[in-house]
Amino acid sequence: MFSIDRWQEIYLTIRKNKLRTFLTGFAVAWGIFMLIILLGSGNGLENGVKEQFKGGAMNGIWISSGVTSVQYKGLKTGREIKFTDQDYKLIKNSIKGYDHISARLFLGSVLVSNKNEYGSFFVSPSHPDYGYIKEIQVLQGRFLNQIDIRECRKVAAIGEKVKTELFKGRDTVALEKYINIKGVPFKVIGIFRDFGRDDNEQKRIYIPITTAQKVFYTSNVINQISFTTGNASPEEADVMLKKAKMTLSRSHTFSPDDPRAIDIMNKSEDVRRFNALFAGIRMFIWIIGIGTIIAGIVGVSNIMMISVKERTKEIGIRKTLGATPASIIGLVMQEAILITGFAGYIGLVLGVGLLELISKNMPPSDFFRNPEANFTIAIGATILLIIAGAFAGFFPAMKAAAIRPIEALREE
Amino acid sequence: MRDFNSLQMINITNIHKTYVTGTNKLHVLKGIDLKVEAGEMISVMGASGSGKSTLLNILGILDNHDHGEYLLSGIKIEDLNERKAAQLRNKYLGFVFQSFNLVSFKNAAENVALPLYYQNIKRKKRNLIAMEYLDRMGLKEWAHHLPNELSGGQKQRVAIARALIAKPKVILADEPTGALDSVTSQEVMDILTDINRNENITMLIVTHELDIAKRTQKTIRITDGLITEIVKN
Repeated sequence: MFSIDRWQEIYLTIRKNKLRTFLTGFAVAWGIFMLIILLGSGNGLENGVKEQFKGGAMNGIWISSGVTSVQYKGLKTGREIKFTDQDYKLIKNSIKGYDHISARLFLGSVLVSNKNEYGSFFVSPSHPDYGYIKEIQVLQGRFLNQIDIRECRKVAAIGEKVKTELFKGRDTVALEKYINIKGVPFKVIGIFRDFGRDDNEQKRIYIPITTAQKVFYTSNVINQISFTTGNASPEEADVMLKKAKMTLSRSHTFSPDDPRAIDIMNKSEDVRRFNALFAGIRMFIWIIGIGTIIAGIVGVSNIMMISVKERTKEIGIRKTLGATPASIIGLVMQEAILITGFAGYIGLVLGVGLLELISKNMPPSDFFRNPEANFTIAIGATILLIIAGAFAGFFPAMKAAAIRPIEALREE
Repeated sequence: MRDFNSLQMINITNIHKTYVTGTNKLHVLKGIDLKVEAGEMISVMGASGSGKSTLLNILGILDNHDHGEYLLSGIKIEDLNERKAAQLRNKYLGFVFQSFNLVSFKNAAENVALPLYYQNIKRKKRNLIAMEYLDRMGLKEWAHHLPNELSGGQKQRVAIARALIAKPKVILADEPTGALDSVTSQEVMDILTDINRNENITMLIVTHELDIAKRTQKTIRITDGLITEIVKN
């Protein structure tokens, strides 16, 4: 079936009709080129938006205390809700399926010093799990651990920017050094990087929450509870969030429907919404792209139809000499697949090339970065091409197979 | 003792063929009986529209007959699918046409080799055999020329070489000299006669030229879809 002879036959016909073959191939190449560019741009958009989501687990849920806005059980509105350690324990015990959970205290911007270097940083007392929830990357040393919590150690994990601002000149080693937070010395145990886009997130200092409650006299108050939902499905995550909400509503007596009593940031919800949006965009792109390719295929099919018509006599001769219908079908389809495949491949290479060029030379912006056509897309496009080629060749091939030798030979 | 049928290369009995175009029915063959023995060389004559070409198409398994029986070398030709018909044509029959019917973008050697391509014979071997046949036609030097670079006589000789290459049992020639001048016509007939004699290939030649018909052993005249006359030459 795939003999050299067959290819030679095809090569001969193509060589005989260079311009025609080129124009047809161009339509297909253009279709694939556009599809790749569209998909690549779609990916660029998606990468850009995904960048906005960085600096926190995709399955993270953050619950902060707020002020009531709905009357409930005879209690007036405007009550300030104050979370305590008790709430943290309640939620930890009531929800099932979380993999990391942490409480946080908001101390706000605090003056921190290392000898003569001063700076204002966000000090964030939390549990060790917060490292996971925030998806920070430890560059040196370690993050907080359970022993720090249990023994209320005065230790601190500091952000990269904190380190560069407080440890300058000869004094560049931060690890194991003491920094002064609100007049209390804390030992630096780790330096981390936060992938969040906000500069302030790099200027954070994490200390054990138990230590903070003790040394800064905040007793058992906490401001935020956050957890990640593990491998839970979106529905299961919703159940977990609802459970947490009910627990808090019961212990603080506020309406579960009050939108302001607690403030919820559900990253998985946002991610889900954007994923749905991008699935939509991707589908839209594929529809347009496939539409363009179909135009190309119809072109190839049309040309093959004319080619078959032109070659009626030749096909008649071949049949007379013993060509079976299958061999005629194979001949025509193989030519169609060759043209679409070859032209499509050129379109693919040009498209990927252009995307690479854009990717290399265009600075990433907030909503567009790294347009790329990945391996899956290339494979998908290739399969699409072969199917397209087969489609393009099918009808002309059937027409060719149906040629009756006597009628073909009668033609002059 | 040889089988009766093996003596008869072509044996057709009561062949009918009707062409239907829309509401028109054209009864072209109205019951043809013909027996051609192996190694015979016969000519078929008749006015245009008499049905001689239709008969040739049916004998060439290029068309189906409606009624009657057709035995080719003892094989019953009936309700064949296209694949089977193609294989039979390839194996048993060689065709020579008035308009040569060479593939225009293939050179002489490639044209001659084409039937062997459909027998899945390797390219090298195929070309070797093709050269051998072209040599026999005195066209070795023209092997790499395209058909439009050849004269009518040369083209027909290429076509004959192509008809011979698969070693057929029967050669069917439809007006083989129709497009040639009289000298060339005689040359082509010389070749065909030689082949018939030396290789014992059965030959059926449709023609409307009497001097061509005279060179065969037997002439069959068809009038209005029936054989009206068989003359020994």
